[in-house]
Amino acid sequence: MTAPLLEIRDLSVSFAGRHGEAFEAVSGVDLTVSAGELHGVVGESGSGKSVTMLAVMGLLSPGARLSGSIKLDGRELVGLSDRQMRKVRGVRIGYIFQDPMTALNPLLTIGDQIAEAVRIHRPQVSRAQSRARAVELLQLVAIPMPEKRATQYPHEFSGGMRQRAVIAMAMANEPDLLIADEPTTALDVTIQAQIMELLEKLRQDRGVGIVLVTHDLGVVAGAARSLSIMYSGRVVERGLVDDVFAAPHHPYTKGLLGSLPQPDARVERLRAIPGAPPPISARPAGCAFHPRCGYAIDICRAERPVLRQVGATTVACHRAEEVAAGQAEEMSVHDA
Amino acid sequence: MSVIAAPKARRRVFLPQWATLPVILGGAILLFWIVVGITIPLWSPYEPTMLAGMRFQPPNAEHWLGTDALGRDVLTRTLYGVRHSLPIAAMVIVCAVLIGCTLGAIAGFVGGIVDSVIMRLVDVTLSFPPILLAMAVTAALGPGLGNAAIAMVIVWWPIYARLMRAQVLSVREREHVEAAVAAGATRPRVLVKHILPLCWSPIIVNATMDFGQVVLLVASLSFIGLGAAPPTPEWGQMISDGALHFYRWWIAAGPGIAILSIVLGFNFLGDGLRDFLDPRSK
Amino acid sequence: MSTYILRRLIAMPLLLLGVITVAFLLTYFTAADPLTSIIGERQMNNPAVVEAARERWGLDRSLPERYVIYLGNLLQGDMGTSFRTRQPVSQDLMVRLPATLELVIAAMILGTTFGVVLGVLAARFRDGPIDNIARFFALVGASAPVFWSGLLVLFIFSVQLGWLPGPGRIDSRAIAPPFLTGFYTIDTLAAGDWAGFRSVLMQLILPASVLGWTVTGIVSRMVRASMLDVLGQEYILAARAKGAGPLRVLIHHALRNAMLPTLTILGFSFAYLITGAILTETIFSWPGIGSYAVAAARGLDNPAIVGVTIVGGAAFLITNLLTDIAYALVDPRVKLSRQEGA
Repeated sequence: MTAPLLEIRDLSVSFAGRHGEAFEAVSGVDLTVSAGELHGVVGESGSGKSVTMLAVMGLLSPGARLSGSIKLDGRELVGLSDRQMRKVRGVRIGYIFQDPMTALNPLLTIGDQIAEAVRIHRPQVSRAQSRARAVELLQLVAIPMPEKRATQYPHEFSGGMRQRAVIAMAMANEPDLLIADEPTTALDVTIQAQIMELLEKLRQDRGVGIVLVTHDLGVVAGAARSLSIMYSGRVVERGLVDDVFAAPHHPYTKGLLGSLPQPDARVERLRAIPGAPPPISARPAGCAFHPRCGYAIDICRAERPVLRQVGATTVACHRAEEVAAGQAEEMSVHDA
Repeated sequence: MSVIAAPKARRRVFLPQWATLPVILGGAILLFWIVVGITIPLWSPYEPTMLAGMRFQPPNAEHWLGTDALGRDVLTRTLYGVRHSLPIAAMVIVCAVLIGCTLGAIAGFVGGIVDSVIMRLVDVTLSFPPILLAMAVTAALGPGLGNAAIAMVIVWWPIYARLMRAQVLSVREREHVEAAVAAGATRPRVLVKHILPLCWSPIIVNATMDFGQVVLLVASLSFIGLGAAPPTPEWGQMISDGALHFYRWWIAAGPGIAILSIVLGFNFLGDGLRDFLDPRSK
Repeated sequence: MSTYILRRLIAMPLLLLGVITVAFLLTYFTAADPLTSIIGERQMNNPAVVEAARERWGLDRSLPERYVIYLGNLLQGDMGTSFRTRQPVSQDLMVRLPATLELVIAAMILGTTFGVVLGVLAARFRDGPIDNIARFFALVGASAPVFWSGLLVLFIFSVQLGWLPGPGRIDSRAIAPPFLTGFYTIDTLAAGDWAGFRSVLMQLILPASVLGWTVTGIVSRMVRASMLDVLGQEYILAARAKGAGPLRVLIHHALRNAMLPTLTILGFSFAYLITGAILTETIFSWPGIGSYAVAAARGLDNPAIVGVTIVGGAAFLITNLLTDIAYALVDPRVKLSRQEGA
């Protein structure tokens, strides 16, 4: 079997606090993405999903401490110098940001910004060629009148068009992997669907592997083949989308699914998970989810569960079997 | 999404939060000058306007900063100089703040034609480069430290008027003011009791920062010959003397360093104060 | 934004009129008798001479009359005749304007270049030693009296080290280049006089550095602040995610955006430069408007003072307006709204 496209093993990232103490934003994360696969990474804000992706890009702030392994096509990225990483960023991995309003430089034309992505890595390409390439890329992401659009500034684009431009920029050097960090969150619902459609098309036509980071299980449901659920800096459940959706083994996953609008079910109200995720500086002992968990028992407060295979998915929960099987101790005990 | 910045570990054990290095440094410099200004007649070995020895002596054990073209002690004159600079600067700032804030408060509170007249006056005054207007006014009034001070008040009051007006306009909208009006308080009472007390802090910060600039402008006018007249030991005047003999660098060095240190002191203080009061600027 | 500029354009003539009025009033309320400086102390006892002088300078008219006369003359470019040089003030100013402009522009170039470099470095190495040194250097520049720092650099670089020439706009042994623009740097080049150009440039270095240093501080603080702001923006991260190198990110992406807010303070720095130019010119015996203003103020030369004050005020107003327009031209977002407005 060939090496997976992206393989993250036991990745931890910590930041120094105000008084020199360390805060761990990401703890022992494993993640595997195969070539041409769309993998969803789901979690609330603060769950460490964005930090994980920035770690892959080598774009964490200088104060961050990082351990573990990140392999791209079998090549270790952790420990590479910035100079070496620059040959990975934009070439092997394209990055799509959450908010296309802020991810584009307001003073440069769209065409220039896309052409720049080409010329940084291939200085031998002439200005005219790179500009032609920019137009071609705008066409690829289905922006009408690409020649005219290339000469315009970001503020002349609508939100959806901007996100397309950002995707074009990420695709400039035909990367093997796209990391899309909440690519649709800042957009209107109908535009979200179009962008997801575009990403799916790129995956099929160009064979690019995609990591889709989102807080919205619904976005993943339609697009991803496999997914990882993150909570408080750790992966709590992962597996194929179909398996996880059919039989969630982690109470958090179950809660997320419960909070989805379900047109076919008779559940009328959205069941939100009670409480809020713990701040990075004050994680509870044991399972980080136990204060919000309807299944929590003594062992959950004392001992941190490790990932293990249960049924079709891999899950980190002491009571995964009961969660998958039982309806008895439903989370709706906390109706507030 | 933002990268979580790692805040720099920084420990201060004994000092309160406002006591940053610039504030301490600035405060120390200013304290030094204030103490010197008050006590200098008690311990100075020479008189500022009396001959103290041979002319044009370079710095030596007897005269630490040498003597000038007339044989007066440069250090003594430099230290005495603060007795002119600081009081005049203080006077200018106080007058400018009082006049500016009064007019600014009236403009902001009364509004209408009064506001327009006052603010157009402010606009026109601020249309001049400060030193040019100060020069022209001083020249019109006649040279002298007092007239230079008046000129500087004329140059400076609009800054505070503008600041105060903006403050009053924003405070006026607050609920407690509207409540006072609704309760039937008279207009002057509303202004004095309910609005003005909330307007002072930015004025005070600004005044501190302007202090150094006023010291600099006083010296500039004296240097040009519009401020202090010889033999007053005023810094600008002394540098003007020194410029005639600039190969003897020490004559101007004393007053030059004095101005630099005092302006630096106020800038340090103002800078630190602003960092403390407005964390965004850091 | 376009309506804002339109409003500024409309306000300009009114503000100029205000400037002229203030300047004129100042001369009317003069305490000292300008006659003294026209005809000298000795002739003051001679009524015939005094009367003739009053007549000639229009000093015996009433305030409104003199104001109207002055305004009318001003419209024809006539600012009266200097008591001191006995030349038309406008002519005096025209002759001296290029010298001042050359100095101020050179200082602006030096000061902003250094300010931008210092500001970028300070932002890049935030809170490190470079940041602190830059901050200190900038503060000293803003705090040092130019009329002393000018003396000091003259003494060090000209007298002691002999690296640079002494005061003056041109080497004392040389003659001025043939008049073309009045800018000696341009005129010497136009005349193909390379040695002259070099000499003129050398004369310019010290005063321009001393003057430029005063704005270095303002510019570097502003650049630092807006750089820090811009560096936190997502498009900076996006540029790095494209694989852009640190220098490219810093200059091409960050500095470009950070220069926008910096533009707005260039007008403000110009006020500093005018203040500084008056004193710098006096120290470096630079034959510009600044030294003319000082001489006029010292000699109670009313028409000259008023002339300089008006020109200074006008220059100040125009620079601030130009800053606003430049801002509108540079920022594509503003440019668009202007096109839509048109």
